[in-house]
Amino acid sequence: MQEDARFGLDRQVTLPAQLKLDCGQILSPVTLAYESYGTLNPDKSNAILICHALTGDQHVASTHPKTGKPGWWTRMVGPGKPIDTNRFCVIAANAIGGCMGSSGPETPAADGAPWAMRFPVVTISDMARSQTLLMDYLGIEKLHAVVGGSMGGMQALAWAAHFPTRVGAALIIASTARHSAQNIAFHEVGRQAIMADPNWRHGNYYADGQGPAAGLAVARMAAHITYLSEHGLTEKFGRRLQGRDAKSFGFDADFQVESYLRHQGLSFTDRFDANSYLYITRAIDYFDLAEEFGGHLAHAFRGTRTRFCLVSFDSDWLYPTSESRSIAHALNAAGAQVSAVELSSPFGHDAFFLDLPEFDRVVAGFLNMGADG
Amino acid sequence: MLRPDLAVIADAVRAGSRVLDVGCGDGALLHHLRRAKGVDARGLEIDPANVSACVARGLSVIQGDADSDLVDYPHAAFDYAILSQTLQTTKRPDLVVDSLLRIAHQAFVSFPNFAQWRIRLALAFGGRMPVTRQLPARWYDTPNIHHVTIDDFRSLLAERDIAIDGQWFLSGERRRSAAAANLFADHGIFLLRRNGK
Repeated sequence: MQEDARFGLDRQVTLPAQLKLDCGQILSPVTLAYESYGTLNPDKSNAILICHALTGDQHVASTHPKTGKPGWWTRMVGPGKPIDTNRFCVIAANAIGGCMGSSGPETPAADGAPWAMRFPVVTISDMARSQTLLMDYLGIEKLHAVVGGSMGGMQALAWAAHFPTRVGAALIIASTARHSAQNIAFHEVGRQAIMADPNWRHGNYYADGQGPAAGLAVARMAAHITYLSEHGLTEKFGRRLQGRDAKSFGFDADFQVESYLRHQGLSFTDRFDANSYLYITRAIDYFDLAEEFGGHLAHAFRGTRTRFCLVSFDSDWLYPTSESRSIAHALNAAGAQVSAVELSSPFGHDAFFLDLPEFDRVVAGFLNMGADG
Repeated sequence: MLRPDLAVIADAVRAGSRVLDVGCGDGALLHHLRRAKGVDARGLEIDPANVSACVARGLSVIQGDADSDLVDYPHAAFDYAILSQTLQTTKRPDLVVDSLLRIAHQAFVSFPNFAQWRIRLALAFGGRMPVTRQLPARWYDTPNIHHVTIDDFRSLLAERDIAIDGQWFLSGERRRSAAAANLFADHGIFLLRRNGK
């Protein structure tokens, strides 16, 4: 294929589409920031869409522009890697509502000022719908696969449910078809931390750049605990003290785990927008795929020809294996081709970012099935 | 090379049919059936390493348990359900057989025959639970919690009004007649159907 400016790293497009959102509002135009890796083949049958998690972005396997760190799934995506860019054209877009270049609270509304909290509340299915616009723009009618972990897995489910003819296969990792009360509760803690920060100012902090960093950091700290396992925390930190020999009898970060969480919280505020955090967590909370299909998850997949693979991790208590199993049951009831496997890892929900050879084999095996070459 | 009992099953499966292999192991049979017979191949397997191996070879396999997870499959979703050398490891073999015939029109069930003469001799004269080439585990670490003989299985079928559409008996690779099977066969393979269907 000739050099095509639509493909490559660090792309952004503003589409004149009218995106009808679940909340009833129309988002128009729709700006999407995205990247592609590998080359689309002549019959456009080798595209894989990777959907990112809550705080992820389109920099799947390229250097992050704000942190300078490698992309979040560099170990999985690349030439000769489990998602092999010699074979597949991998596309990843920043979710709408996000803060890495797609339409969201940080981007300008019609009046030229940032949307801030005027941005409409979006849903997981809205995110999937916005991505179909991007696929139309790229000339891709059918994806070989949609892949995602956590919130990305929810988008993959939404893709398969709403656009079954456009998805050959869906790989859903450490995810759920419905956000639970406990999941919503953790998100609400994070949102309240942001909104309680006096710098939040109902979201209008862009002009002076003094955002609710303290609130956002606390939100991240609370959420980060849910991504790890108790075993993982104990192994990594135990009750070890941070840079001292004895307790301070004060409120410094005495413990290594405190120091680690504070660092996680602070560094997060350098790369993420607090309003986006509100919007994206809300989108996840609203996710209940069965509800969109008359209360029966199986109805979401009726007559589907998409192949599904569900991967869960035994130490993930945020989206435990029981969530994957209930999706598998619904897919079975719908007669879908489905695989479901629980992998063993001590690292909790975050296991899907980490080195796990068995996971690599499952991903590669599932995606390569039915692919050309 | 397929295990001898799997080769018998693979031979009898109709091309292009829908198959669920319950306890599909590493997917050898499903893989073969998909390649050789173009079947729509699905599996259920309890061991996660085996499930990963299946998915890595492109099969649709769900991690689950024959005792508890067959309830999630709709009625008559498959042409065949296959239960090869798994019956004796289930908690309630009778209910598992019922489930197989609920979700599939026909079911293949194969199992090691505990009445084979070597096992009888070992038990009769050794006085110890037999450890043979076919049943290599010891009494305390065997996954086989319901040892069954070919005649036991036949009487279960009669009690539950289940018809036999085919039966094969093996000792090693050799076929045995139905009449001599309970004494001489180390494996029995049955193709079952619910009477009246």
